[in-house]
This record gives sequence, structure tokens and C-alpha cells, in this order.
Amino acid sequence: MTAAASHYSYWITVLLMVAGLYIVIARGNLVKKLIGLSIFQTSVYLLYIAPGKLIGGTPPILAEGFRLYSNPLPHVLILTAIVVGVATLALGLAIVVRIREAYGSIEEDEILAADRAAERRPAESR
Amino acid sequence: MLIIAVLLTLMAAVAVAVAVQRNLFSVVVLGGIYSFLMATVLVALDAVDVAMTEASVGAGISTVLLLGALYLCGGGEAKPLARPWLPLAVALVIAGALAYGTLGLPAFSDPQAPIHTHVVPRYLSAALAETGVPNVVTAVLASYRGYDTLGETTVVFTAGVGVIALLRRIGRRKKPGRGQ
Amino acid sequence: MKRLIVLRVVAKMLIPFMLLFALYVQFHGDFSPGGGFQAGVIGAAAIILYALIFGLPAARRLVPERLVETLLGAGVLLYGGVGLAGIALGGNYLDYFVLGRDPVSGQHRGIFWVEVGVALTVSAVMLEIFYLFAGRGHRFDE
Repeated sequence: MTAAASHYSYWITVLLMVAGLYIVIARGNLVKKLIGLSIFQTSVYLLYIAPGKLIGGTPPILAEGFRLYSNPLPHVLILTAIVVGVATLALGLAIVVRIREAYGSIEEDEILAADRAAERRPAESR
Repeated sequence: MLIIAVLLTLMAAVAVAVAVQRNLFSVVVLGGIYSFLMATVLVALDAVDVAMTEASVGAGISTVLLLGALYLCGGGEAKPLARPWLPLAVALVIAGALAYGTLGLPAFSDPQAPIHTHVVPRYLSAALAETGVPNVVTAVLASYRGYDTLGETTVVFTAGVGVIALLRRIGRRKKPGRGQ
Repeated sequence: MKRLIVLRVVAKMLIPFMLLFALYVQFHGDFSPGGGFQAGVIGAAAIILYALIFGLPAARRLVPERLVETLLGAGVLLYGGVGLAGIALGGNYLDYFVLGRDPVSGQHRGIFWVEVGVALTVSAVMLEIFYLFAGRGHRFDE
């Protein structure tokens, strides 16, 4: 097998990871940042699951007549990680909703500008 | 093997589309497509339990949550002031370094890779006799790694409590004479 | 969306099967793909579909928030309680071997109750999060 065929899943994993990272650092919208963070997260799922596959294997549910099973351990780790991921995504979105209610915006630079303006005139703002 | 490669390529295309799209509503819909593609890839990789979770959580619940958040926050994304050359350069450098690093990893579906030789043969050979559960994923999740799952359940619980603390209104009934 | 008859009829037909499928995934998880995490999410999705079609107040009458918040903690407590039961019967924390007459039936019992605890917490968290996000937008019209 050539390197292109045997490492293709790793390279796609790297691409997804970097796409998520780019969204997180380049975009100012907080909801978009959270979506980028979840793409980053799914690339980690792939990083765990893909090496566990064995060609010719079956899903790890033991039955008569099958000898070769794919690796169950990454499945266990990622299964719980997905549910934890959506719970933390909801927590992040809740914080974004509160920021929107406090600042009237979810764009990062507008929030920073509002903060700086509030620092400059502390006596009037309260 | 080929079908996995095709699905992975589609996933990469959707991820790039998410990165360049500015309408957040489209981004959420693309995210649903992305999750279903991910679930299909997971079925092809024999991770059926994970695929079921990803399809119901990623494409179902998190799409609903993101739409709810967009309803509260508005769906447009502002145009950035400068072209994001620096983040792009950082991302490309990191991608190059990681791709170089993957050359040292074991090849896809190599039965001699450490992931297949360490504790897993014991799980696969002993799970049915020790727990009576043929689905090894359930056996490892609930029994062999019960502590781990207890921790994860606690994290889910804590995240739920955090959302309650952030979003619940203290006075549930509106005061008479206020508002409309 | 309450007035669209197609959505209403289709939802009424689908929701019982979704709940049944959640129970199947929960209790057949030993022999096929599934378990507490998936069952909890699918069960919560059924209630969320009901809320989307028939409105949040109707869903709150069906599954009151108070009940959801009770289940939220009850699931984790049940999981921890299985661990404590192991100690009480002379084993270690989360030791299922002592829960039944022979080790395999003890394992069965332990896995069953642990999965029930996981499903309760996960479904309650998902539903509570949805209630809070959906309820946030309607400030005065509830």
C-alpha cells in the first residue's frame, strides 16, 4: 500500500482539525467560533476511530462465525465524548446568549470596543 | 476502503464550505450535513454505536440548539476589517507539521499497530464470559470502564447545571403591571 | 406551527415510535448497538419534536420542568448508588460481581442499572437545555 492510500484518513483528519482551528482564530462571530470548535472536535473523533478499523473485521458485537472484530476501545471513549461535546456546546451557546443580552452583539471586536469604552469612562457607565 | 475515502473527501469539502460561508443559518444546515456524513463514515469504520450517537446528537440535538441560539442572537456574520492572512498562514503551517507527523503513524488497518495489541484482545476474548454481554462496547462502557463513564455522566450533569444557572429566569411569573 | 395539519398528524404518528425506539435501544443495548447515551438522546428528541410542533407550553405540561430537574440529578445518583451498593455488599466501588448470586448475573444487574442512570441524566439534560433555550425568546407571551 502506498503512503497516500494508507494515510489518507489521517490527512483528512488534519485538514478538518486545521479548518476548525482556522474558524476559531479567524472569525469574530462567537457562534461561528463554537461551530469551528465542534468541527475541531469531530476531527478528534476521526483520529481515534479510524486506526481502530480492521479491513475485513466486523463491528465489535460478539457472534458465532466471526473471528475478526474492529477495536472497541476507541468507540467507548468517543461515544461518551460526543454526548459530553454537545453538553459543553450548549454551555458555550448559553454564555453567548448572555453576552448578546449584555452587549447587544456577538461580534468579538464590537464587544472589545464596548469594553474599552466602558473602561474609559467608569464613572458615567454605572 | 474506497467508500471511506470518498466520504472523507466529502466531509473535507463541507468543512471548507462551513469555513467560507457567512450566513450562519446555512452554516448550521451544513453542520447537519457534516454530522450525517460523519455518521456514515463511522458505520463504514465499524463504529456502529458511535454512529448512532453522532446521528442523533450531532445532526439532531445540536442542530436544534444552534438554531435556537441563532433565533436569540441573529443570523448574520459581520465582514472582518482585514483579510485573515495571519490565521491562514498559522493554519497552513500547523497542517504541514501535523501531516509530516502522520508519516510516522502506523498505516490504516495495520493489525500489528499498538492500538490492536495492547488491552483490546483481552476485552474481546473475555467480555462474553465475564459479563454475559455480547456487545463489547456496552461491556467496556458500563463495566470495565465504569469509573470513566461515571465521570462523563457527571460532566454532562455539570454542563446541564451550568446552562440552568446561566439561562433560567429567577422570577418565573412576570410581575403584574409590568410589561404589556 | 400548531395549525399545519400535516406536521401535526405526522408528528403524532412518529412520536410513539420514537419513544418505543428509545426504549428498544436502551434495553436491547447489550445485544445490538445502543445503550444509555443513545436512548437518552433519542427519548429527549421525541419530546423536543413534540415541543416544536405543539408549542413549548404544551410540552411543559406533558413533561414539567420540575420532573426534568429531578431526573437530572436522579440519574447521577443512581449511577453512584450502584457503586455504593457494591461496597455495601462487600465488594469495591462499582464492583458488579457481588450484586447477584453469581458473577455474571451480578454484572448483568450492574450494567442494567448503570445504563438506566446514564439514560435518565442524558435525556433530562438535553430536554432541560432545549427548554431553557426555547423559553428564553418568549419573554411575555407564555
